[in-house]
Amino acid sequence: MILIMNWFSKFAIPGLIVIILILGAFRNIPVFDAFIEGAKEGLTTTVKILPVIIGILLGINILKESGALDMIVLLLSPIADLFGFPKEILPMALLRPVSGSASLGLLNQQLKEYGPDSYIGKTISVMMGSTETIFYTIAVYFGAVGVKETKYTLWIALIAGLAGLISAIIICRIMP
Amino acid sequence: MLNYIWLGMILLGVIWGTITGRLGNVTQAVITSAEEGVSLCAVLLGVMCMWSGIMKVAERSGLINVITRSSKGFLSLLFPEVLGNRSAMGAILLCFAANFLGLGNAATPLGIKAMEELQKLNKRKNTATDSMILFMVINASCIQLIPTNVIALRNAAGSADASGILPQVWISSLISTLTAVIFYYIFTAMDKRRRLI
Repeated sequence: MILIMNWFSKFAIPGLIVIILILGAFRNIPVFDAFIEGAKEGLTTTVKILPVIIGILLGINILKESGALDMIVLLLSPIADLFGFPKEILPMALLRPVSGSASLGLLNQQLKEYGPDSYIGKTISVMMGSTETIFYTIAVYFGAVGVKETKYTLWIALIAGLAGLISAIIICRIMP
Repeated sequence: MLNYIWLGMILLGVIWGTITGRLGNVTQAVITSAEEGVSLCAVLLGVMCMWSGIMKVAERSGLINVITRSSKGFLSLLFPEVLGNRSAMGAILLCFAANFLGLGNAATPLGIKAMEELQKLNKRKNTATDSMILFMVINASCIQLIPTNVIALRNAAGSADASGILPQVWISSLISTLTAVIFYYIFTAMDKRRRLI
């Protein structure tokens, strides 16, 4: 089962490209010309999101490098204790919504520290795999189209992220 | 909203850095962020161009039409605003598919494409539409079939069963996606009521 899925995941991108191109050629589309036309649009989109990405990284890196993020983890650990959450998962819970690369680095470090098959190791793996970098995604997607008023998007995303977090903690406990 | 969060992040970082005497690190962070942003975009640029090009071929060949027609019922249920707009529906679907397959960097350009299509239908250009909000929150709580990077890291850390966490990942992300959809309906209902009063 896992083997099939791994194979499928490897096949997905080249397979999709080949299918799309063959279908295009079959329909008499100048595939290369169409590709170039689309790729040009990709160029403008990337240039548009560059300022947003720099801005978001600035906020995240300042928070991380100043040690403020560690301080927040320390402040929150009594609350985690109160709810019976293992406090080892707090750094991941806080970092995951803000930075994908930073949380991946943290996962790497924590897996080595606690062991990948321990309860903590499993829980942080599930958290990493089942949630997204909420702040980054919202800022980049809305920034790309110039929407300023995002209404309650962030609240819903945060509530959903919290639900994912709590379920990761519980599921790893009942499905060891 | 993001304006305040962003300002808060920076202020908190600088103030805390001053108290703890880590202003040197903060200065370093400012410079590296700018560099990191550019290199991230450079990585993204290639994939973005490649993917947009392939998408253009798919659009011309009518493949997107076929895909959207076949999943029209499901999509129009969630996104009534985009009913009948094939490029918007196609972009949303392909982005979900890319997320589901864990294509990571391939999903971002598709997501931005979907947002651009939704923005074309938007009457107030600076305000998010219901469809945009739902699209964003489903995206942010993505259901992912195979989180390849997590499995790779677990393997590297010497796990006996690196992909053994997959069922837990599926259940957990399904719960968070369902929560996102439920709260989307709660928030929009509250918003409508508030506007009526």
